[in-house]
Amino acid sequence: MELKRPLPTPQTPEAKPYWDGLKEGKLMMPKCDDCGHVFFYPRIACPSCHSRNVGWTQASGKGKLFSFEIAHRSLNPAFKIEAPYILAMIELEEGPRLMSNLINIDPDPAVVKCDMPVEVVFEKQNDDVTIALFQPAS
Amino acid sequence: MKELSNSVCIVGVEESDEVGKLPGVSQLSLHLQACHNAVADAGLKMSEVDGIFTAGQHSPALLGEALGVNPRYVDGTSVGGCSFIIMVGHALLALHHGLCDVALISHGESGRSGTGVTRGRDTSLSGQFEMPYGFGGAPTYFGMITNRHMHEYGTTLEDWAKVAVSTRAWAGLNPKAMFRDPITVQDVLDSRPMFYPFNLLNICLVTDAGGAVVLTRADRAKDCAKKPVYVRGAGEGTDHVFVTEMEELPLSVATRNSGKKAFEMAGVSHGDFDHIMLYDAFSSGPPIMLESLGFCEPGEGCSFFDEGKSTPGGSLPINTNGGGLSYTHSGMYGIFPIIEAVRQQRGECGDRQVPGASLSLVNGMGGMLSAAGTIVLSNQK
Ligand SMILES: [Zn+2]
Repeated sequence: MELKRPLPTPQTPEAKPYWDGLKEGKLMMPKCDDCGHVFFYPRIACPSCHSRNVGWTQASGKGKLFSFEIAHRSLNPAFKIEAPYILAMIELEEGPRLMSNLINIDPDPAVVKCDMPVEVVFEKQNDDVTIALFQPAS
Repeated sequence: MKELSNSVCIVGVEESDEVGKLPGVSQLSLHLQACHNAVADAGLKMSEVDGIFTAGQHSPALLGEALGVNPRYVDGTSVGGCSFIIMVGHALLALHHGLCDVALISHGESGRSGTGVTRGRDTSLSGQFEMPYGFGGAPTYFGMITNRHMHEYGTTLEDWAKVAVSTRAWAGLNPKAMFRDPITVQDVLDSRPMFYPFNLLNICLVTDAGGAVVLTRADRAKDCAKKPVYVRGAGEGTDHVFVTEMEELPLSVATRNSGKKAFEMAGVSHGDFDHIMLYDAFSSGPPIMLESLGFCEPGEGCSFFDEGKSTPGGSLPINTNGGGLSYTHSGMYGIFPIIEAVRQQRGECGDRQVPGASLSLVNGMGGMLSAAGTIVLSNQK
């Protein structure tokens, strides 16, 4: 199967629980064991209270579309999803924001709106990599 | 820092021999041309340079070697395109303390042609968390900030387009600008869709160019070739690198902090400026910078770009060189707004000269409003 997306690389050791979780259909987020701050991307210390007691929590997969762009081209030859597609910044209900794509919706600014509710969709790329995409909440 | 206001001057500015599409000139040559031209503009000799400040692919050490200078002081601050604006403040401190006597801030980038360039940088974070979704390249990020601004404040595509139109009008008066033909709001809206909310004319050029700035202490500046331009204030800030981590998106904390420091040092407030240079990688950047700097309420920045305000002959000229949108944008654009502000303060700008310009603001971003530098320049103490 031809890959349509550049695979996440290099996967950093501190992000392993995130990638492992996706393979099991779970959206795992780093969570500070001291102050409770949920953040992204994975780091070995909390960016809020600077504690190094960082664990993981399973996010609900629900959130909102914080902002978006409708891409009419790709600037990366390794990204082969046909344009137009939606570049999405998701804000999870647990707080962190992450980049993704919004799928299963017409890529039209008349339809796609900031703050619309979204939910995670897991998309397997190969045996090692599953990624988190988002669609309008059901 | 207030006591250091006006203690150093910019005494030399110049671009590379040419700017634009230059496949026959290597990145290093662009850089060295700019350095030699700026030092000559100051009426100084290269052998007098003893402080080297540069960002990008050339380290200060490499630049010193290539120029044949053994600097007493180096600075390689690298926080994106505004690094050169931030370095004005760093040079001010180094000069004040006698760590160097002649500071050279410089840039050279074969951004369009890639001549004499090898690429390579750490992408471990974006490679994992952004690139699988099609991110990569500034337009895929800055549009996020722009679209959220539209959502929160009701800004329209027509509002952003005005920025491109005003900037192009200035480019028409700059013989070095790459695109000089006037455009309309409708032209911007009708240009090729790229990354909504950006069409092609909302996005900066990609060119090959160098630029450099020379500074020295005010007492010595009197002996240089051109009228000295005083650094009245300087400030810097950083906020985030990843747009997902931008604290007050769509406003920039880094920009606000850098401006506050620079204005306090200079003892000026928003209404004092008669000329403004803002880093315009995208049409939406300058209005968001004005809002973040406190020139107006959030959401009102585009009103500065109405005909008769930012435009030639207007009440508050902005981006008088034609900007990254129409004059030149090699990648790290931040050296060029400094050069233009100095030329305006010297009165060298010919058709595009702002009559009586006496106080210029230069504000630039690094990355996606991630870092910021602000300087206040004047031809008077
Ligand atoms: Zn914490």
